[in-house]
Amino acid sequence: MLPRTIDVYRVLPELVWCGFGVLAVLMQPFVRSRNFFTFLALIGTLAGTAASISAAMRAGPGFDGLVQSDSFSFFFRLLVGTVAFLVVLAAGPYLERERLPFAEFYALLLFATAGMGVLASAQELLTAFIGLEMSSISSYILAGYRRDSLKSTESAMKYFLLGSFATAFFLYGIALVYGSSGTTMLTKMGSEELFHSKLFELGLAMILVGLGFKVAAAPFQVWTPDVYEGAPTPVTALFSAGPKAAAFALLLRIFATVPAATHFWFWAFWGLAALTMFAGNLGALVQTNVKRLLAYSSIAHAGYILVAFAAVTSMARDGSAEAAPAYAAVLFYLLSYALVKLGAFTIVSQLGGTGEKNLSLDDYAGLSQRQPFVAAALSVYLLSLLGLPVTAGFFGKFYIFKAAVKSHLLWLAVLMAVNSIIGAYYYLRVIVVMYMRESSAEVKSAAPVGFPLTVNFVLAFTVVGTLYFGLFPNRVLNFILQPALFGR
Amino acid sequence: MLPGGHLLSVLIFFPAVGALALLLLRGDDHKYIRIIALIVSLAEFLFSLLMIRAVPVGRTGYHLEEYARWIDQPPIHYHLGVDGISLFLVILTTFLTPISILASWKSIEHRVKEFFVMLLVLELGVVGVFLSLDLFLFFLFWEVMLIPMAFLIGIWGHERRVYAAVKFVLYTMAGSILMLVGIIWLYNATGTFDLPTVEALLHTPLSQGGLELPPRTEMLLFLAFFLAFAIKVPLFPLHTWLPDAHVEAPTAGSVMLAGVLLKMGTYGMIRFSLPLFPEASRRAARWVAALAIIGIIYGALVAMVQPNLKKLVAYSSVSHLGFVVLGIFAFHNISMQGAVYQMLAHGISTGTLFLLVGMLHDRRHTFEINEYGGLATPMPKLAAFFLFVALSSLGLPMLNGFVGEYLVLLGTYQRHWGWASWAALGVILSACYLLWSYQRVFFGEITQEKNRILPDVSPREKWILATMAIVTLWMGMGSTFITARTAAAAQSVIEAVEPQRPYEAATPASAAPQAKLDSPGAAKAISSERLGIR
Repeated sequence: MLPRTIDVYRVLPELVWCGFGVLAVLMQPFVRSRNFFTFLALIGTLAGTAASISAAMRAGPGFDGLVQSDSFSFFFRLLVGTVAFLVVLAAGPYLERERLPFAEFYALLLFATAGMGVLASAQELLTAFIGLEMSSISSYILAGYRRDSLKSTESAMKYFLLGSFATAFFLYGIALVYGSSGTTMLTKMGSEELFHSKLFELGLAMILVGLGFKVAAAPFQVWTPDVYEGAPTPVTALFSAGPKAAAFALLLRIFATVPAATHFWFWAFWGLAALTMFAGNLGALVQTNVKRLLAYSSIAHAGYILVAFAAVTSMARDGSAEAAPAYAAVLFYLLSYALVKLGAFTIVSQLGGTGEKNLSLDDYAGLSQRQPFVAAALSVYLLSLLGLPVTAGFFGKFYIFKAAVKSHLLWLAVLMAVNSIIGAYYYLRVIVVMYMRESSAEVKSAAPVGFPLTVNFVLAFTVVGTLYFGLFPNRVLNFILQPALFGR
Repeated sequence: MLPGGHLLSVLIFFPAVGALALLLLRGDDHKYIRIIALIVSLAEFLFSLLMIRAVPVGRTGYHLEEYARWIDQPPIHYHLGVDGISLFLVILTTFLTPISILASWKSIEHRVKEFFVMLLVLELGVVGVFLSLDLFLFFLFWEVMLIPMAFLIGIWGHERRVYAAVKFVLYTMAGSILMLVGIIWLYNATGTFDLPTVEALLHTPLSQGGLELPPRTEMLLFLAFFLAFAIKVPLFPLHTWLPDAHVEAPTAGSVMLAGVLLKMGTYGMIRFSLPLFPEASRRAARWVAALAIIGIIYGALVAMVQPNLKKLVAYSSVSHLGFVVLGIFAFHNISMQGAVYQMLAHGISTGTLFLLVGMLHDRRHTFEINEYGGLATPMPKLAAFFLFVALSSLGLPMLNGFVGEYLVLLGTYQRHWGWASWAALGVILSACYLLWSYQRVFFGEITQEKNRILPDVSPREKWILATMAIVTLWMGMGSTFITARTAAAAQSVIEAVEPQRPYEAATPASAAPQAKLDSPGAAKAISSERLGIR
């Protein structure tokens, strides 16, 4: 059967991203100019993001319900598209500095973005699997993009081995779900008998393991610090913002669409959330490498988001009320988190210097004196991660707290509070080093690290976004809280 | 004339405007930065005086209220208001800010622009805390003010500044994050963050559509809020951050910390803990009072053995704030007013003590009492001011410290004479440690040659100290101006906690009838009667 035009419109963003990716690869032998490819990638990411608007205007299921173009997928397409756009901007100077090829990088980035788009809009498990693989395989290569660096290669290897293991889990889960329910369409899994099917539950559990790996939930998080540290920093920025958001999107869609009202789910998310928060925060406490510290912090934040999932499942279990505020908590958190992590890793990437040598906390000593604006921007990000008011991170955390308290998860809320305080310590430590310690003599005499215009744009965009959503979260929230979020 | 409807917003955001203006200046123009900061803070002080007219004597409730929609989901609104209790705390804040700026005129030579920006942002946060009538907004300002204070300690402090700054932030955050959970719990139960609405709901019986908390829940909520406030005050045994923060902070930081930041904790108790959770407050009162009394005595004893002058003043704060907490949890109109008065008096007199200690440090770069001795000879004026303030701090009649302590003890005595008698020990002890340290620093032989040539107060310092001294004296004598305005607000808090209790007489001698409460005369009568006793 030929696809109808309307179906094409509903996956237009992914098509555009893929198309520009292919274009970049094809042009590579003919065009020398590096700026050309940066420009191409910028156009591509922007065009795809713009296409998501046109997809959203033609909302509805596409390809007989394999994908769903609704407000939910619109939100995530916009998010990953913007993330990709900002990563392109930040990556240009990095690739220049490290003398890495441009075209392939952008092509892989665009493919990965397309994969995330598919993940966020898939309404059928095999389609989701394709999206997952698209983004994962591109990510493996991107992680090892600095071929001559031992760490980067190690990072890619680790990511690939563990990642494919997790994907196998995911696939096996799909098989079990199909075996028990006779369908891979999420919308058709609502029948009563599935509630008691152990096989179905096992299948979903396997899917959870696979996605748990992608979002770095403990105990599937061990790869995160090494991969994040070894990968080229703009890629790390992408990892922490893009694929994570997309995987959470799929997870949320599964639990919003499939009635998962069992005790098992509730306790599974409860345990995952608690474990992940502690694994991330306790790990981050002892880090002296800023990149690693941020990697651990992203584990911790996955834990906070899982608290909202525990709230979702708890409400489903009690058959109570609207889960919408809990969804909203997840979406808003992912948005605030993506902005912040992107900005923070961009700064790390720029300050790292050739070969990413200056990553230790000591290299940040006295930064406020040398580069006051950079230090101020990084402080805004860290304060947002910490969850202080007037930043988007505060509202993110606030909504999660609210969801948790509303579904009577008081103990989980208290655990999250404890974790916030542990987190405060290591975020503050970075700020303390930047503002309250003097830089070493040799750093002082060196010229300040240059921040090209594109990078400055990324920083300005993320800082303004963080503060804007920290003061006026209304717009986004009203969008997220609309009843037609999941096009049902 | 300002548009009366937005005075409170102006008060909150004017320092922010000033801070932005400073940011735009060149960093090496130290002179202009200082002058602009001073002008901004003085203008802010004048603005805050305009509030006095708007708060009528003897009327309860909030005045100058401002209300605007901010966030729809959940309904968080921008709701401000001022009453008799917050009025003077705001004025205290806006008064101490220019004083702090003047005190840092010479001693801050390093990163001058950032310093004054931080001071103004701090002022914004503190004023916001005192004026917010929305639980969420309150929490927001409560957290916002942490950052500038941490920077003030961490950048411009003394040797162990970083340790002290981090300790300060972690302690405060530990308390406030639980308060956030409590606030959200209250929201889920009531559907609103608006303080007056929440309060009204909690005081309406279940049958009339109100909300009655089960005792255990109420106690947990009370604890969630109380912990945040108790850390801030700080109540024994949560006080350990305070000596570090005070000793390491620059003079201006110490003045703001002691002067207003600690008051946020006691203010929170009056504004939130008591009216929102009356039953739990009553049940917890004896334990809180016990901790407060331990704090009074313990703080005084530790202060007595301190070899470090600044630490001595810091521990004296623990002791003095114990009186405030005791006054609040005695649930008596007079002790409550005394608590408010003590908050203001402590802000002025301890603030001045920190200023004086800072001046000594500017000259000799040490806080060790051993290093001094016989300073009255080279610097008689400074010695005179120090004595004056020490006397006010230890509660000499006619000076401000006396009024607060006396009212607290008087009110507490009428409810629980045992509490009052233990707390009275603190008055004696404070005389001991202040006079003894004064003797060691200013009297006797000059032991160190360096001390012989120390310069006396400069004209700038003299103006600062004279201003403080005048306020000290005025508060000691003209206290009716303040008590008249705090009486009604304090009484409404008491009635929220113990509605069944009839209005108590100002003094055992004369029972002021309930009807008189609303008239300004009643409040005046209370104060003048008390003055008569003195």
